[in-house]
Amino acid sequence: MAYSDKVLDHYQNPRNVGSLDKNAPDVGTGVVGAPECGDVMKLQIKVGDDGRILDAKFKTYGCGSAIASSSLATEWLKGTTVDAAAQIKNTQIVEELSLPPVKVHCSVLAEDAIKAAIDDWRKKKAAAQAAGKPAAQGAQP
Amino acid sequence: MKTPLYLDYSATTPCDPRVVQRMLPFFSDAFGNAASRSHAFGWTAEAAVEEARSQVAQLIGAHQKEILWTSGSTEANNLAIKGVAQMYREKGNHLITAVTEHKAVLDPMKNLEAQGFEVTWLPVDGRGRVDLKQLEAAITDRTILVSLMAANNEVGTLHPIAEIGAICKQKGTLFHSDATQCPGKIPLDVEAQHVDLMSISAHKMYGPKGVGCLYVRRKNPRVRLTAQMDGGGHERGMRSGTLNVTGIVGMGEAARICREEMATEAQKLRALRDRLEARLLKALPDAVRNGDPDARLPHLANVSFPYVEGESLIMGIKELAVSSGSACTSASLEPSYVLKSLGLGDELAHSSIRFSLGRFTTEAEVDFAADRVIAEVKRLREMSPLWEMVQDGVDLSQVKWTHH
Repeated sequence: MAYSDKVLDHYQNPRNVGSLDKNAPDVGTGVVGAPECGDVMKLQIKVGDDGRILDAKFKTYGCGSAIASSSLATEWLKGTTVDAAAQIKNTQIVEELSLPPVKVHCSVLAEDAIKAAIDDWRKKKAAAQAAGKPAAQGAQP
Repeated sequence: MKTPLYLDYSATTPCDPRVVQRMLPFFSDAFGNAASRSHAFGWTAEAAVEEARSQVAQLIGAHQKEILWTSGSTEANNLAIKGVAQMYREKGNHLITAVTEHKAVLDPMKNLEAQGFEVTWLPVDGRGRVDLKQLEAAITDRTILVSLMAANNEVGTLHPIAEIGAICKQKGTLFHSDATQCPGKIPLDVEAQHVDLMSISAHKMYGPKGVGCLYVRRKNPRVRLTAQMDGGGHERGMRSGTLNVTGIVGMGEAARICREEMATEAQKLRALRDRLEARLLKALPDAVRNGDPDARLPHLANVSFPYVEGESLIMGIKELAVSSGSACTSASLEPSYVLKSLGLGDELAHSSIRFSLGRFTTEAEVDFAADRVIAEVKRLREMSPLWEMVQDGVDLSQVKWTHH
């Protein structure tokens, strides 16, 4: 299979590999996929008081395109807002990495991982507010 | 180190330089048609073809008249299976094979099944072995053929073909064996092993691509086949078509070398393979050896590397030409059916690599390959959420995954 230069670059020099503390109130974690399908992505975001994503990390079990998709996603997430991040579409990843049709599912997985991480963060925030505690990361517009 | 380093000898081999030398005249000066009886060009070609036939026959303990040239093992398997089925359909309509056979056996069997033949698909155990009692019990008086490979192409497991042959002989059914992976690796003897039909391919034994043969037993019993290719009546009417003289000459020379050098070559391959495998298993915790640790081909190692995905591993070790049990690169996304038949979960099947060594593999190459694989598996594990979970004590089988 021929990979695009961008896929190869992300595969060889993956950005933001690692983990954030999944128990921290300002960290959202998304784990999507299944080992038997050949892809598992873990994507984490650390969100600041202003709703900006301060940091993003990933770990991916999967093919080169899956690794590249999640690596690219973390690049896009860092510095953007949660609301903007929720708008990221898999088609943008497909386009940026020139993924062939058989690898489109890798980009779908990355989009799902972003959404799952945001959901997790929102749930934590809502739970914290319901418990009457001031949300650790402040008010969200 | 010259890269990419070829460690995929079970897929195909380069021609041995001695084979090439032997073939060269037959491209040009000695270009005759082996079926031309009326002039020296034909006689020269025919003599060369018959010499090659004798060399291949000696490799497997057969008589030269029992060797039938084909385009390779796929054709030989098709001819054996369909040819027997059609010839013996009056006697019965039942055939037996195993789920780990090559597609070139499975697909002709499926084809026959669609035409109304009955096929028994024997399962294998975790090492890739069939249960001989189960085989014996499956044979009925309607069984006309048992087809079981001598060695598996993905994991290298050897079937005990001598015992299988004895069972078939005692039960009065024909026995075909696809021995494509075996020449030069393990002894083949159609008499001692009671094989009635055997498929071999030149390009797996340092001969050229596009030529192979089917051994067809002539006595005790005399095996008859319905031709699958009609035409000029070549090869005793069982396989028409002008003979690929150049390729056949190459296959003959390749067979001679395999026969004469097998004793030392197989030993060398085994030592190199064991060295590679030992290094991988020692350096990488949880790496799994697939197949039968005892009865197996000497040149092949199939290893799964849990927590990393096969295609990304292949991508990371691009200096190495190896095969993966992951079919991620194909459109199907299904991992190897052979590994799944051995009971491997999809995850292990996805992360398996087949290393197959050959005549020109050196110790330095094996060490280079081991270094590269170890480094890359470690790198990918550091990137793998599964590896992280296992380090944290998570039982992956208990995790609720989101399926796609």
